[in-house]
Amino acid sequence: MADHEINAGFMPLFDSAVLIAAREIGFAAREGIELKLSRETSWANIRDRIAIGHFDVAHMLGPMPLACNLGLTPLASDTIVPFSLGLGGNCVTVSNTVWEGMAAHGARPDLDPLRNGAALRELIRARAAIEATPLRFAVTHPHSGHNYELRYWLAGCGIDPSREVEIVIVPPPFMADALAAGRIDGYCVGEPWNSVSVVAGKGHIATVKAAIWRASPEKVLGVRKSWARDHPDALSALLRALHHAARWCQDPSNHHELTALMVQPGFLGQPAEIQMRALTGLLDVGGGVLRQVDDFFLPFDKAANFPWKSHALWFYTQMVRWGEIRHTPTNAAIARDCYRPDLYRAALKPLGVALPGANAKVEGALTSATPVGSSGAGLVLGPDGFFDGRIFDPDQIDTYIAAQAGGLSPLP
Amino acid sequence: MATPSLSVLVIDENRIRAAIIEAGLREAGHSHVTLVHDVTGIAMRIAEIVPDVIVIDLENPNRDMLENMFQLSRAVKRPIAMFVDRSDKASIEAAVEAGVSAYVVDGLKQERVKPILDMAISRFNAFSRMARELEEARSELEGRKVIDRAKGILMKLRGLSEEEAYTLLRKTAMNQNRKLADVAQGLVTAADLLGPEGR
Repeated sequence: MADHEINAGFMPLFDSAVLIAAREIGFAAREGIELKLSRETSWANIRDRIAIGHFDVAHMLGPMPLACNLGLTPLASDTIVPFSLGLGGNCVTVSNTVWEGMAAHGARPDLDPLRNGAALRELIRARAAIEATPLRFAVTHPHSGHNYELRYWLAGCGIDPSREVEIVIVPPPFMADALAAGRIDGYCVGEPWNSVSVVAGKGHIATVKAAIWRASPEKVLGVRKSWARDHPDALSALLRALHHAARWCQDPSNHHELTALMVQPGFLGQPAEIQMRALTGLLDVGGGVLRQVDDFFLPFDKAANFPWKSHALWFYTQMVRWGEIRHTPTNAAIARDCYRPDLYRAALKPLGVALPGANAKVEGALTSATPVGSSGAGLVLGPDGFFDGRIFDPDQIDTYIAAQAGGLSPLP
Repeated sequence: MATPSLSVLVIDENRIRAAIIEAGLREAGHSHVTLVHDVTGIAMRIAEIVPDVIVIDLENPNRDMLENMFQLSRAVKRPIAMFVDRSDKASIEAAVEAGVSAYVVDGLKQERVKPILDMAISRFNAFSRMARELEEARSELEGRKVIDRAKGILMKLRGLSEEEAYTLLRKTAMNQNRKLADVAQGLVTAADLLGPEGR
């Protein structure tokens, strides 16, 4: 008989792996948790079912709990983030036609965000000159890492994401079909939904999240605040289970077992070979050209599970940048309070886990892997740079927001 | 009766369920009902229809896309909000449990739309019940078939009458605290594994 019963929702994406492994490999049971998983079809459903109490916790897009707490979505309930489910994992994929156009302007199959972004800009300018319809890119959700990193990349390359392209919402499993059918020209989504287009011969990967912002936040564990308050022991037990599950997912000797688990139709339902690309970072970027991407997806390493307040605040600056929310001290505080490293520390300290010394860091400051001062065993962070060399200091949020306020922020 | 001028758009990939909802709306006096099963090109349809109320099934993976579109006044002529407001918790729960959600144009009075949502909830529930009963009937039929086969095997191998074979199966099921159909299935599987000579 389990001590705690916890209901969790997830979307069929590879980065739900930590949650699924926690149940299926037995880490949750070992902590006395009966973890009930429900596969969902939309983030809106996850939000609604957290709000009415069907779910206590869920696999969520990193900015989604912020959007809930800032009142940007219907039916939102107060949601907190005590654990991150991984770093990285996304790519920007374009159609073969767009890739040919980019290649004609100097793009190379090396995922370089600067060169390929400049090529995309030149293609867009050339199309505008002949009054062609703007390119249409898809992301999975307005309040997603995908939306903000795509916009950050485009803007950083001198492309106005609000005027020079159209950005629409398409559910991840439909991306490849929409691209093949010509309904969209490109998209930013997590794996395996980029490789699915590459395998079908319908798309090229132009760049990756890990190149736009290395070791950057993606999915998180969203928890209904009132549930966390009423069930502190269950939450701590769950965070310990997720910690062990994340370490298990990172270990290459478990990757075959992990992909065999995720291949089940009730979880991800995509072939193991395609899933393996996210785990190894060895991507076919299109037409059989292979690229090794360092830190492509990190379910555990580099403090991947720590809910950095600087991650929440960076998402917040992008919400301000694209006009979703007004920057006020109150709103900034809501964003900062949404991510809860204190709960992470409280649950994992007794395990002797390596914990960062601070709750926020200057993003983009580390140019190489750096051992950091921490309690417990060795912890390595970084590199964590943005492709344009900019730095986000969470203590200088007003300056950062002011600098990006012009909409376009050309490269320095 | 509700004012018949409200335009209702039902987005549901399940054609039968959509038809059931439509029938309910028409019975309630709503003549402007449009059904959409495929969301391709939905923005243009919405611009044509100019719906006051949009009903969507929760299984639809395009909910995120639709919600985003409702929030952009460019795609939709009038801003559309989630109908059930936070104060009406019972309605929200009933809707999510039934598997339906509804969106309405801003400013539309709640009492004009609530009957529509209530009707959608009850029809969604009725549809689920119907689907469940159909599934139960199907599995019962299959169970009966497998029990007949198991009886046949026992009759042949152990020389029992039909009634004795049935009693033996039932007793075994009770002793092992299992379903009769499961015991029968086990026997049929075993007989299949042993091959024709096992029969």
